[in-house]
Amino acid sequence: MKMRTLHAAVLGLALGAAAPAMADLTIISFGGAAQQAQEKAFYQPFTQATGIKIHPGEYNGEQAKIKAMVMAGNVTWDLVEVESPELVRGCEEGLYEKIDFTKIGNKADFLPQAVNECGVGIFVWSVALAYDADKLPQAPTSWADFWDVKKFPGKRGLRKGAKYTLEFALLADGVPPQDVYKVLATKEGVDRAFAKLDQLKPHIQWWEAGAQPPQLLASGDLVMSAAYNGRIHAAQQEGKHLKVVWNQSIYDIDSWAIPKGDPNKAQALEFIRFASQPERQKAFSREISYGPTNLKALDGLDPKVLGELPSAPQNLAVALPMNTEFWVEHGEELEQRFNSWAAK
Amino acid sequence: MLPPYASPLERTWYWMHRALVFLILAFLILPILVIIPLSFNADNFLMYPMSGFSLRWYEEFFTSPVWGRSVMNSLIVSPAATLLAMALGTLASVGLVRAEFPGKTALTAVLISPMIVPVVIIGVAMYLFFAPIGLTGSYTGLILAHAILGVPFVITTVTATLVGFDFNLVRAASSLGAGPITTFFRVTLPLVAPGILSGGIFAFATSFDEVVVTLFLAAPEQSTLPRQMFAGIRENISPTIAAAATILVIVSTLMLLTLEWLRRRNERLRTALI
Amino acid sequence: MSDFAASASAIDGADPDLKRRMRRAERRRNLAYFALILPLALLVLVAFVWPIASLLVRAVENEGIHDNLPQTVAALRAWDGPELPDERVYRLLADELAQAKGTPKLAAIATRLNREEAGLRSLVMKTARHLPLPADVSAKEALIAIDPAWGEPPIWKTLKRAGHPFTAFYLLAALDLTVDAHGHVALAPPQERVYLDVLGRTFWMSFNVTLLCLLLGFPVAYLMAILPVNRSNLLMLFVLLPFWTSVLVRIAAWIVLLQNEGLVNRLLLSLGLIQSPLPMLFNRFSVYIGMIHILLPFMVLPLYSVMKGISPVYVRAALSLGCPPWRSFWTIYFPQTIPGVGAGVLLVFIMCMGYYITPALLGGPKEQMLSYFIAFYTNQTINWNMAAALSAILLTATLLLYAVYALRFGPTRVKFMKAR
Repeated sequence: MKMRTLHAAVLGLALGAAAPAMADLTIISFGGAAQQAQEKAFYQPFTQATGIKIHPGEYNGEQAKIKAMVMAGNVTWDLVEVESPELVRGCEEGLYEKIDFTKIGNKADFLPQAVNECGVGIFVWSVALAYDADKLPQAPTSWADFWDVKKFPGKRGLRKGAKYTLEFALLADGVPPQDVYKVLATKEGVDRAFAKLDQLKPHIQWWEAGAQPPQLLASGDLVMSAAYNGRIHAAQQEGKHLKVVWNQSIYDIDSWAIPKGDPNKAQALEFIRFASQPERQKAFSREISYGPTNLKALDGLDPKVLGELPSAPQNLAVALPMNTEFWVEHGEELEQRFNSWAAK
Repeated sequence: MLPPYASPLERTWYWMHRALVFLILAFLILPILVIIPLSFNADNFLMYPMSGFSLRWYEEFFTSPVWGRSVMNSLIVSPAATLLAMALGTLASVGLVRAEFPGKTALTAVLISPMIVPVVIIGVAMYLFFAPIGLTGSYTGLILAHAILGVPFVITTVTATLVGFDFNLVRAASSLGAGPITTFFRVTLPLVAPGILSGGIFAFATSFDEVVVTLFLAAPEQSTLPRQMFAGIRENISPTIAAAATILVIVSTLMLLTLEWLRRRNERLRTALI
Repeated sequence: MSDFAASASAIDGADPDLKRRMRRAERRRNLAYFALILPLALLVLVAFVWPIASLLVRAVENEGIHDNLPQTVAALRAWDGPELPDERVYRLLADELAQAKGTPKLAAIATRLNREEAGLRSLVMKTARHLPLPADVSAKEALIAIDPAWGEPPIWKTLKRAGHPFTAFYLLAALDLTVDAHGHVALAPPQERVYLDVLGRTFWMSFNVTLLCLLLGFPVAYLMAILPVNRSNLLMLFVLLPFWTSVLVRIAAWIVLLQNEGLVNRLLLSLGLIQSPLPMLFNRFSVYIGMIHILLPFMVLPLYSVMKGISPVYVRAALSLGCPPWRSFWTIYFPQTIPGVGAGVLLVFIMCMGYYITPALLGGPKEQMLSYFIAFYTNQTINWNMAAALSAILLTATLLLYAVYALRFGPTRVKFMKAR
């Protein structure tokens, strides 16, 4: 604790010397319930502790804006939440600052996937089958059920993009979870996934923002949807009877990244350090059911909260990790093919 | 009107035509009215039936930092863009009407073209061009872009007014001893002002309802009211949208009434002069 | 009078000095008026025309290889298969890749090659990981040892092709065309074909919306034209209020009306006309409804302004001469409205072509038009060349239609364009 105050004081002095006014931080994340949780668990305590104001913003993960900013040398976003493939690609393409992990914490305390050259993991999320238990008499248990329009008539929601959607199609087609990416790496595998999607196409309603599936489920527009587990959890807390099927869910990590050339890099790093502490991470997991990347945050977390996290052992056991390398390699090509396919 | 000796067939046509127009106008108006009551819904959903009356969405609209910021941004960007478009557009219109030079038609077409070129192309082009010079994510870039989108409206209305403007009136004024400045303010401006103003209102409306170019150029800090509504409709549809919509309907009604008033005033002035 | 005649003869007559001075004064005034246009012309040129021109250039620009591997590309110019290039080319490539390693350049090379053929990204990355090579080894053997693909001619063919500073690749792709292995232009494989379809869809949807707007707009404009002024002004208000209302407000309103538990479905259910809610949102139907709602005023206004100027006496004359009402309307009245119909139709059609917001918010993937794909490539996959190529196609189509409009009705007659 003392160390931290000292740290903050030194930082403050250093900044004070460099720039007369403490700059505010603009932090961009994916919006909705997850952002509200960040607001409570990270932003407000950070402002209280340091006096640095936070301007939250939201996006849907498009890297174009960041590329444009970095190209122009006019970086106005200090921190962005990015998914793993975008983080790796962005790091290769020089969009993000390299991160000196000694400024963040002890590497050993974190999930190995949370420590990256250009990013620090914020939380573990999962994209899973979700449904409204009030509307379905019988619970679906797998993606094969999701594809079964006879047993479960009605519209289904899927994210409008190739990522996760193709995996789900292969899982529904009976590919064992451990082979999904192997199959998807072949041309036949991709054709197979699209053929499976063809079957369901008339019954699919596409969504783009993570906030949509719980709304569409609650309004009765959808009977089932692929959804981020945290968003479903948030809707549950508002009294909706939505359920998550952990079986065959896909999990990954979202990370903080600092766009290259950010003038407020020092504060941004300080924010990452602040938000990566066990107690902040714990607070975040209590707000929304996403798993902490700092393993120490798991200690003393209410078992009830723990059970709803993607990183809970029983949930991890039936889930599939997203293959970052695969999407770095095939992302552009598959997204384009997906987009062409969806438009037909 | 329907003459008393009209045949039954004519009567049928007469009333069918009226009924049809009535339905089409209902199609145009009713959707706009439908959303207003929802802004007072006590419930969490943008849906009928309403569960009760509440002002909470207006409260949310005016107190939430995101909506508040977007209103502020709209109130910065649109007036600034409108003024820029009006100033440059009016000057250029006078030049276009009075000067003779080769390629005038082509130049006019170019100055009008922001109205023709699909907005997405304008958005992408400006975005890729503005980014390396640091004009994306800035008010300057956004204001310039909106001004360019508004300019065609100023040019079309002001040139139309100037073409109808009798320059003999200026000569008459000066021959009666008025100096050029007096002439401008007492004779030219009162006659041309309605044209400039209505062009300005068109430019303002364009900017105030602009989403696509803003989508490309603005960072969250510059997000305008329509941009925020776009995000809201797409991502998080709540009755706050209805509150924002109601406020926008009021603004547009005010613009419409101002234009109508200008038109009538203009007609009166013209008939008085003739 | 005599004064005037005198001065006129003075001008016509022998005083060349006065003539010159008057001409000069005239020129100076002309120049002063021209100067008034300059500030705007400059702004539009710099911040509008220039960006669009450079966007169009991007459609044929081939970034990535020739700028990041200049020496390799230069050396490959002399090579033309079928055997492998010589050691010197291998060495240049290894050196240039080693230089690019750890910088954004390497990613640019990898991304560009991956667009030619999936999988090349990882080949480049993998190769770079083993670089730089020691000076005393054979670069050819070393590269082939890293990955056997370097020992096959196709990769070098691809590198050579992608190394040209300009390419028709994107423009062809925007028309579902591709260059096959023999260098011939051919139709893309069926699962990748989409843009011809989208272009056709853009025209087809614009055509339908325009036609429906004309069918709905004509009776409204006609009624306004034949009613007395005070009553037609009231109708005008009903047309103008939606015209001035934000497009987003109207889209939100249609969502309220058309959603599964929306007002329209509730009404139909309670009337017993349907048993379960009709899907009316996020499909072609909702996009048509939304677009017609937004564009109808743009049809009514030019129609009305033409109809108002049509004198009723001709129709009356025809009627009094015994021509049946329908025929006199069709043969006498309607032809006189053609200028208004033409203006309205072209205006609405041009605007439809560029629609983005309405399909994006009210439609599904099958309703997206060209604009959507331009935005997709700009934001989602950051393939700006492809966005530029699609823009070039959309812009050409729009400008052709506008040229027809401008030639027929004059460039500044496009009055009421607003909002998309």
